[in-house]
Amino acid sequence: MFRAPMSEDQDELLRLYGQMQRIRRVEEECARAYAQGKIGGFLHLYIGQESVGVGAIAALRPDDYVIGTYRDHGLAMAKGMPARAVLAELFGKATGCSQGLGGSMHLFDAEHHMLGGYGIVGGHIPLAAGVAYASKYQGNGRVTLCFFGEGSVTIGSFHEALSLAALWKLPIVFICENNEYSMGTPLARSLSLEDVSQKALGYAMARDRFFARDVLEVKARIGEAVTRAREESEPTLVEVRTYRFRGHSMSDPGKYRTPEEIEAQKKLDPLQKARDALVAVLGEEKLAALDAEIEAETADAVKHAEEAPEPSPDILEPTTYVGEFAR
Amino acid sequence: MSREIRYREALREAIAEEMERDPRVFIMGEEVGRYQGAYKVTEGLFDRFGDKRVVDAPIAENGFAGIGVGAAMVGLRPIIEFMTWNFSAVAFDQILSNAAKVRQMSGGQFSCPIVFRGPNGSARQVGSQHSQSMEGFYAHVPGLKVVAPAFPRDAKGLLKAAIRDDNPVCFFESETLYSMKGEVPDPSEGDLLVEIGKANVCHEGSDVTIVSWSRITHVALEAAKLLAAEGISAEIVDLRSLRPLDEETILESVRKTHRAVVAHEGWPYGSVGAEVVDRIQRLGFDDLDAPVLRVTGMDVPMPYNARLEQHCLPQPAAIVSACKKVLYLE
Repeated sequence: MFRAPMSEDQDELLRLYGQMQRIRRVEEECARAYAQGKIGGFLHLYIGQESVGVGAIAALRPDDYVIGTYRDHGLAMAKGMPARAVLAELFGKATGCSQGLGGSMHLFDAEHHMLGGYGIVGGHIPLAAGVAYASKYQGNGRVTLCFFGEGSVTIGSFHEALSLAALWKLPIVFICENNEYSMGTPLARSLSLEDVSQKALGYAMARDRFFARDVLEVKARIGEAVTRAREESEPTLVEVRTYRFRGHSMSDPGKYRTPEEIEAQKKLDPLQKARDALVAVLGEEKLAALDAEIEAETADAVKHAEEAPEPSPDILEPTTYVGEFAR
Repeated sequence: MSREIRYREALREAIAEEMERDPRVFIMGEEVGRYQGAYKVTEGLFDRFGDKRVVDAPIAENGFAGIGVGAAMVGLRPIIEFMTWNFSAVAFDQILSNAAKVRQMSGGQFSCPIVFRGPNGSARQVGSQHSQSMEGFYAHVPGLKVVAPAFPRDAKGLLKAAIRDDNPVCFFESETLYSMKGEVPDPSEGDLLVEIGKANVCHEGSDVTIVSWSRITHVALEAAKLLAAEGISAEIVDLRSLRPLDEETILESVRKTHRAVVAHEGWPYGSVGAEVVDRIQRLGFDDLDAPVLRVTGMDVPMPYNARLEQHCLPQPAAIVSACKKVLYLE
């Protein structure tokens, strides 16, 4: 069978598909480990939303910064955090990215400029503006991507951060991942408008709005905002419409939406769409080989997390203060 | 060579010297720049350092406190001024959930070298929302350091140390102290640094120990004069740092006097004073000849009425009375 040569776009699509698939497989294993009691606390899965983080982060330079919410596994992996470090952290192990002290909601990776997942809704948005403030102050040309859900748009810190970022022309892109539900409450019952990007208007900030159905489109559209940040030092609010296939967290009974709604959304899965497009060009065999490779990586990461040692209580004080403990 | 300067001038010198020394240091807050500071602490700094490093922020404490935390994580050394610590309540999440946690949440990968500073406590008839002593809220939080100097020399030396510290430091001043003068070494004598975590015996005595900080140290000094007139020798331990707390200096004094009174302006329930009392009774029990007493602000929101306000604040007479009680003279 004749196959057209790979275009640059197809090459990139293959790379991004690989990232999305890695994230999904790791998170499916997270759900399994959670059910087995190997992961504790809260667990917020990104399944269904991978194209947002993967597409957006693909538009960055390696030294750019990413900050997110507690739904942060996909962002951390897209920014370069190895699956082993993610899973070990969720298992609470010493080899986790935060030595088992942070857990699912707080994935940090200094080397890859992943500045963390944060657990207080909206609380990280001013902090992200501060990272962008520092980039401008230092003149290092770095751009900050700040991710949050549409549930953050109702809290004050979102507004203060946007107001200051616009006032001081900070090199930042605010990415609102609108997955239609803030926990169990649909958008229509939490916001007085349907178009979240309109919030930018009050701050005289550039804005954009689109569906995250095509990971390459996400990359291109976020890329425009990244360029605006890097070249003009202007912030942008981007609303990306997406959908999570799982509950808000593992304890979510999900009674606020119908199985039919979820099934209809799954038919639009950007991950599957990317795979189908690649299969059409490369053939099933090539994709199956990649999937198998990811399967092996994921299994290795799970095994690593299971076997890694527990952190020692000795790390508690030195990770609270730099230098001597202030008691 | 020492000279007499005001508390606010001492703070200003500390900020200017550290900004001169380290280009990563900047100050941000409401009216800190063109207005020259709501309480004139930053007077002249805008003209000297420009708008990149002396940054006027709009009224958005949560926003600009968060900006400081983020900037500190990636290599800057922000000083965030709260016009008063009362307003830090709307930025509490940034300090509690971000500044104090980021090192731990990241497994030690990131730290947050930031100073939050501003006036604290009562300021003559400004009512309940503007008169609160906020230091107890912050001293409660692991991950933060908390200092509250009483004298210009300590204000300067501690602020310089706070700016150089790799941890978040909450720095508590007082509107009623800003104009107070005191001896401060001339900058030509070199860097004046006061180590965070060291108390100072600012008045020596042998009969009773008074532990205090910030403005109330001056009230304690008044009380010590009144006690001296009655033949009672009081020693005053000015804490300067509330976290870390200098147990050794407190206990050394108690081992000498065997009696202690803790005096502070904030509310009594669960305060830094309560923490000090716990440590004295727990670590110095065998040296005590009487239960440790506290003199605190009254357990009510601060009233506006001038007489009622003074009624709510610790007065020299109340400290005198508490000292006599622990001496079983009252």
